[in-house]
Amino acid sequence: MADTGIGASVRRKEDQRFITGRGHYTDDLNRPGQAYAFFVRSPHAHARIKSVNTAAAARSPGVIGVFTGQDVAADKLGSIPCGWGVTQKDGKPMNAPPHMPLAADKARYVGDQVALVVAETYNQARDAAEKVVVDYEVLPASVDLAATAKKGAPVIHDQAPNNVCFVWGLGDEAATKAAFAKAHHVAKLNLVNNRVIPNAIEPRAAIGDFDTGDDSYTLYVTSQNPHLARLVISAFVQIAPESKLRVVAPDVGGGFGSKIFIYAEECVVTWASRKVGRPVKWTAERFESFLSDAHGRDHLTHVELALDKDGKFLGLRVDTTANMGAYLSNFASAIPTYLYGTLLQGVYTTAAIYCEVTSVFTNTVPVDAVRGAGRPEATYLIERIVDVAASDMGIDRAEIRRRNFIAAIAFPYQTQVALQYDSGNYGASLEKALTMIDYAGFEKRRKEAAGRGKLRGIGLASYIEACGIAPSQVVGSLGAGVGLYEAGQVRFDATGNVTVFTGSHTHGQSHETTFAQIVSDYLGVPFEKIEVVHGDSGRIPFGMGTYGSRSLAVGGSAIVRAMDKVIAKGRRIAAHLLEASEADIEFKAGKFSVKGTDRAKTIGEIAFAAYVPHNYPLSELEPGLDETAFYDPANFTFPAGTHVCEVEIDRDTGVVAVERWVAVDDFGRIINPMVVAGQVQGGVAHGVGQALCEAAVYDKSGQLLTGSYMDYCMPRAGDLPSIEVDTTVTLCTHNPLGVKGCGETGAIAAPATLINAIVDALAPLGVKHIEMPATSQRVWQAIHSAS
Amino acid sequence: MNRTVNITVNGVAYQETVPIRMLLVDFIRDRLGLTGTHISCTYEGRCGACTVQVNGEAVKSCMLLAVQADGDSVTTIEGLSKDGQPHPLQQTFNEHHALQCGYCTPGILMNIEEFLRKNPRPSETEIRHALIGNICRCTGYVHIVEAIAAAADRMR
Amino acid sequence: MHDFRYHRPSSVDEAVKLLAGKSDARVMAGGMTLIPTLKQRLAKLTDVIDLAAIKELKGIKVEGKAVTIGAMTPHHEVASSIAVKKAIPALAALAAGIGDPHVRHRGTIGGAVANNDPTADYTAAVLALNATVKTNKRSIAADSFFKGLFETALGEGELITAVSFPVVDKAAYMKFANPASRYAIVGVFVAKSGASVRTAVTGAASCVFRCAPIETALAKSFAPEAIASVMIDGKDFNSDIHASAEYRAHLVRVMAQRAVAAAA
Repeated sequence: MADTGIGASVRRKEDQRFITGRGHYTDDLNRPGQAYAFFVRSPHAHARIKSVNTAAAARSPGVIGVFTGQDVAADKLGSIPCGWGVTQKDGKPMNAPPHMPLAADKARYVGDQVALVVAETYNQARDAAEKVVVDYEVLPASVDLAATAKKGAPVIHDQAPNNVCFVWGLGDEAATKAAFAKAHHVAKLNLVNNRVIPNAIEPRAAIGDFDTGDDSYTLYVTSQNPHLARLVISAFVQIAPESKLRVVAPDVGGGFGSKIFIYAEECVVTWASRKVGRPVKWTAERFESFLSDAHGRDHLTHVELALDKDGKFLGLRVDTTANMGAYLSNFASAIPTYLYGTLLQGVYTTAAIYCEVTSVFTNTVPVDAVRGAGRPEATYLIERIVDVAASDMGIDRAEIRRRNFIAAIAFPYQTQVALQYDSGNYGASLEKALTMIDYAGFEKRRKEAAGRGKLRGIGLASYIEACGIAPSQVVGSLGAGVGLYEAGQVRFDATGNVTVFTGSHTHGQSHETTFAQIVSDYLGVPFEKIEVVHGDSGRIPFGMGTYGSRSLAVGGSAIVRAMDKVIAKGRRIAAHLLEASEADIEFKAGKFSVKGTDRAKTIGEIAFAAYVPHNYPLSELEPGLDETAFYDPANFTFPAGTHVCEVEIDRDTGVVAVERWVAVDDFGRIINPMVVAGQVQGGVAHGVGQALCEAAVYDKSGQLLTGSYMDYCMPRAGDLPSIEVDTTVTLCTHNPLGVKGCGETGAIAAPATLINAIVDALAPLGVKHIEMPATSQRVWQAIHSAS
Repeated sequence: MNRTVNITVNGVAYQETVPIRMLLVDFIRDRLGLTGTHISCTYEGRCGACTVQVNGEAVKSCMLLAVQADGDSVTTIEGLSKDGQPHPLQQTFNEHHALQCGYCTPGILMNIEEFLRKNPRPSETEIRHALIGNICRCTGYVHIVEAIAAAADRMR
Repeated sequence: MHDFRYHRPSSVDEAVKLLAGKSDARVMAGGMTLIPTLKQRLAKLTDVIDLAAIKELKGIKVEGKAVTIGAMTPHHEVASSIAVKKAIPALAALAAGIGDPHVRHRGTIGGAVANNDPTADYTAAVLALNATVKTNKRSIAADSFFKGLFETALGEGELITAVSFPVVDKAAYMKFANPASRYAIVGVFVAKSGASVRTAVTGAASCVFRCAPIETALAKSFAPEAIASVMIDGKDFNSDIHASAEYRAHLVRVMAQRAVAAAA
């Protein structure tokens, strides 16, 4: 049992279908009679739609239907909502303009959906789309994040004067001001957190399938949270009641946040399947992914850190402008606020913190969560300003962190920015990481590299993140439109097999394996006899889905709670069968036994008795062994750790080579170390991408210049080192597994780690900061203008 | 416009009349229902998700028309294991957790199977270089590189 | 992709006949540029003439002091050819660095040279090695072949049949690749033959070109230091989100120095 239980590097169950080409991703599915959709998208960043003439397209061969924003309005479809209402600094609600599934009045970014063509084949739909004539009145576009809220910028929504969505503040402004007043030194930095494009390798896809027999819809969709999709499409877009809408998210080829959101395309194909009386399939081409998947990050920040003469942090002041893009995506408003401002304590005892965020609209693709979501932005600015302060004051970068860490004995720790950290030991991961990379011996390596003409640098970042956003009552009071619990169901069948139904969704996270490990460990059922089912609102009781590294901490805990109920019921059944009092029954390693005796029943025997209740306390207990639990966490979880990396820079070209990477993370209890290593390595690769090469670049007119893999650079195998992973452990104190979450930490820690290393390498030339992405050109320019 | 082609896929000979503008990847996925070959970058040929082998050589099946493969022998991920025995790469990808969402995996396997045939003793650098045409967004490549090295060992 | 007619001739003559009189017809070699172009609906053609079945266009011959490569020879064949590696190792190495393994299996030298993409690798080899482009009608010297952005000396109904490279004393190609597309941001091919040095630069401008100041300096002394202070005029260079003209100009010198150091 031990080799498949908690803590074992169990090989993944799900691999079998993926390595043989037998997975079922949305685009692999085809429904009988299926038609194909193609969206007509605005080529302009900002344009009034004067008219849409669909006559020629409708006559094009194979066309079944052509639909516009007028048709959507005529059918009274609702707006796609933003699920988090942020209250502004002045007490007013944020400005939340509507986002209709097909634009009718104006197109607000290049790629905005203007019409839908449904045809017998995909090529016919595309052919016909070229015949849809949209009469645009092109308007000046507001593209520049720094300028969009300034007077005279083109107004994108009537509901948002000056293109401002909200101005939000967090922390104690007066106390922070006072802290700065007594500072020995103030470190200052302006920085850009570059806009990134998620680029899950599987493009988004959706099949709407209306069943005329019972007036119900099924939507097959690339989603991280099918139940949320059902909720939004039902309650807000109002296509069908939830009881008449089933949402299936089958195998999903990576999400990274981009598949959390409920997009216009998914709503429209669901609606259109009824209009045309046929299943309607849409699969994004990659250019559409670039123009319609929510982008991430995109902050402009000024940060100041006040320090006393010993380098202790007295105060932190942050002023951020955050881009929302052209419309508010589902969680857009929560990212630069409750997933960002609340993390500004970092792992330090900074005494006073104040943060102000101005969130603005631009004529660009909507911006929302991408792997890390808010927390990479917080970590990046903290860990950069700490390095700047260390450099300003001549303190070693590891040492300044040690001096300011929240002590291991200080938990629970109430931060200045609303959160309460439950556990951690930040010094432990720092020291381990420094030992692994031989921090003490670095200067020798720098010298050796210099002898080869290379600039070598070392960088570190001690991050914290908050996972499993919760509890529902608190997030509700802060503006969340949903609860943030999770559902889990554990069902025995009569022959002792277990099916686990989880509201979490796995799209690379390995739940089919790790959740089965937990169940095997708790219930003593062989790993092979456990199936984990996810991704289907028709099979799973309920679910909030997978984002914010919440699956294990929240979804896993829900399964544990369901197992507690299974064990409790099993105990009663066992007491009956073993003719003992319930209090004398103990459950261990899959067996219910009478304390102090060898009388026992296996859980398989109990399940059999529950389903074949011939000898069973029917007057007290229902038959069956099938329990459901909803788990609402008491708090976030707080993974933390230190990453260290070394780089070498080619002076002549500016190329940065990442030579080594060490990640030491505290994830609490670890279920499957091999899976955790994979999550960390993937997260680091994502963060390296943001720091070195990934950037969404728009021209002044709002055209996306990095709209393909030819121009949007993602790390490939040759761009990365073999990432070394280790852990330290403090358990989460408030969930039953003691787990924290690991899916995003790499992307959170990596940008700061890498930029700190690059700046360190360039420091001998007098370079103080470099913006992301640190492309070879940007690094070369820094070298060039320094020398 | 259509044309009739003869293409052998995973050892099965098919004679099909296909639109000229049908890509090989669409032929494999839509006509034959072999959906293990995936599409990601859609038109640039930069991601490698659709990699199959044509006459034993790795190609991106979105970068050629089905009519161009007339007379050719195509191997897809569904044809990688022989006689019910998983290919060593399939084994080591599982053992080393070299895949997460699995979407890019078939393309990597079909590329690397050829690579290992031609380079049975690759260095880590050579392996990383061989992966230049395949993008994985989940793994950071560490386990992929380890799995390929392990498969090379096993195959020797 | 728009619809079109597809032809697969078995001889050059047949291909030329199919091409005649059709203004929106194109020949296709490996299709590594044409297929993506068609997929993106950037071109609307009536006819595509696939040269894949023309056997006479394939193969590598090393005779005397020349390496002749058939137009439809894929990159990987050049990269792995023992004969090419022996005669002009820089040429095999260049082919081994084009795109990725998948592209090298399909992409051809004829297609690459005829397309004359400003970021292509092969064009630099053709120009620096003073190759001869052989067509169904004539032989064209490298210096008069590349005419401008995607423009060549090829006339109507004229197809490349082979490219013939003279064997030189020393040569090397150094590419600074765009990290996303892996095309050349700057690529420099340096070739030394007796007292003559030729240098071709790709990626930097609208068309591959020879770089006179570098050639002059290297003719005097074939060493990296000889060009350390050569000024590269980048005023007509490409400037985009990946590299400014100034950066490209700098990279031309750096890549040229590295090519000289690596030349064998």
